[in-house]
Amino acid sequence: MSSEAERLAAGKDGVAVSQEPDTTSVAKTKTLVEVQGLNAWYGPQQILSGVSMQFSSNRVTAIIGPSGCGKSTLVRCINRLHELVPNAKLTGSILLDGADIYGPQVDPVDVRRRIGMVFQKPNPFPNMSIRDNVVAGLKLAGVRDKKKLDEVAKSALQKAFLWDEVKDKLSNSGASISGGQQQRLCIARALAVEPEVLLMDEPCSALDPTATAKIEDLVITLKRNYTVIIVTHNMQQASRVADYTAFMYLGKLIEYDETASMFETPKEALTERYITGKFG
Amino acid sequence: MNARRKLVDRFWIAFTLVALVLALAPLASIIYYVTVKGLAALNISFFTHNFSQVGTEGGIANALQGTFLVVLLASAIGVPTGVLSGVYVAEYGSKRYGEIVRFLADVLVGIPSIVTGILIYSTLVLSLPAPFRGYTAFAGGVALGFMEIPIVSNTTSEALRTVPNSLREASAALGVRKWRATLVIMANALSGVTTGILLATARIAGETAPLLLTALGSTRGFQGWFQAMETMTLFIFQNATSGTPFLVEQAWGASFILLITVLGINIIVRIVTRRRTTFV
Repeated sequence: MSSEAERLAAGKDGVAVSQEPDTTSVAKTKTLVEVQGLNAWYGPQQILSGVSMQFSSNRVTAIIGPSGCGKSTLVRCINRLHELVPNAKLTGSILLDGADIYGPQVDPVDVRRRIGMVFQKPNPFPNMSIRDNVVAGLKLAGVRDKKKLDEVAKSALQKAFLWDEVKDKLSNSGASISGGQQQRLCIARALAVEPEVLLMDEPCSALDPTATAKIEDLVITLKRNYTVIIVTHNMQQASRVADYTAFMYLGKLIEYDETASMFETPKEALTERYITGKFG
Repeated sequence: MNARRKLVDRFWIAFTLVALVLALAPLASIIYYVTVKGLAALNISFFTHNFSQVGTEGGIANALQGTFLVVLLASAIGVPTGVLSGVYVAEYGSKRYGEIVRFLADVLVGIPSIVTGILIYSTLVLSLPAPFRGYTAFAGGVALGFMEIPIVSNTTSEALRTVPNSLREASAALGVRKWRATLVIMANALSGVTTGILLATARIAGETAPLLLTALGSTRGFQGWFQAMETMTLFIFQNATSGTPFLVEQAWGASFILLITVLGINIIVRIVTRRRTTFV
């Protein structure tokens, strides 16, 4: 591994200074999320074994690897969704801005407000309008101020590049728009609660290439304000959107580096075989 | 070979059609007989007079009132208890406790109604202190309420289970508190839950056995919760077994009214629940 990757993987002293020429992101970056010795199980089956890595703020990090390698489970541990599955358990710790999100005093609901998530299949609330879908997180947290909700809905939809397409039909059902629009609606819904981190679990796998391209453009702009962790099956997608890429295999983190180095000069034989399509 | 396959195919289609006719025949004949015989009994006096086994002037006025009140009390007990218990089974119960509640509800649904009747008879009818003891509308409502709880609980948990898990994860990932998320899930299952409540209400409105042991029947209108009360099913039972042609005809009339009431509620609820519903 390169020194950069070693630093990222070892989780020591997490002030990362980005070396790459990055025009879209002006914010200084630091380690926002730090995974330490994470093991996770579903029932007797161990899914993650000793995963340690750091995620830099205002950067897009892609997690790649073959099906079943644990990449979805990893992001589901980061917003404490993993524990909602019956018989799921985990050990290790995950720090958000230096504080353990699995600490005894921590309310998982607060963690999930700070770490948003977009799922594989678009899942808007079908019984709510487009506008109500966007502000669902706020309304369900008790916000009633109609004017504020309208403002939040507009700005979140604009951030998700969806406003122009739906501004005339905000009261239509959230399920009435196309799959790609639904997924951007779900991104807007996640952004409306102003999280610090946005987890995306294969957000394009149910979408056609045009819709995928729109989401990818969106992901690149999102890092101005958010830290994005995106799970993907698609290596081209990782190379298009991610600053850093992590390769996982059989529940272990195999390699973690800047995306360009990872794809051009992988350090591990396993990584090279995967990215050249020899397996997976 | 092909001809034989076609023949076998035709045979099975014919076979299922015959079975369909056999299944629908009893239903059609019930509706036909009840309508033809029931319509003959209908006139103004049938609706304005109370139950009477003498003369030729009896009617269903107090029976309608009694069924309405007894079912109202039963639903006041059965609907909230049943819905909350169904919500527990589907949304909260750990696998083990959920299964136990679910199993108990299944057993309770299968308890013959006369057994529920005898339980209420030996407790409320025989053992309450003085002014409350005896055959009462209250005891009838409680007996039907006990029957309604497990039916509503089962249909509610079934309806909630049909809501995709992706919506639960969507609310959880937004940092929504569990009870608010449950309201979202309820809104998505509302048509199923309402249908279940309706079916349960229709089912208990048609019960006779427990009422024979509790509400007993009466020739007077509502005299208070702790007095005997006539109901539609008691009216049908008493008149049909009287042997007097006029009274038997009245039993058909009451059957017709009971039938169209149940059908009517069914249709209305179907129309109403087709609309999009949201609680938040």
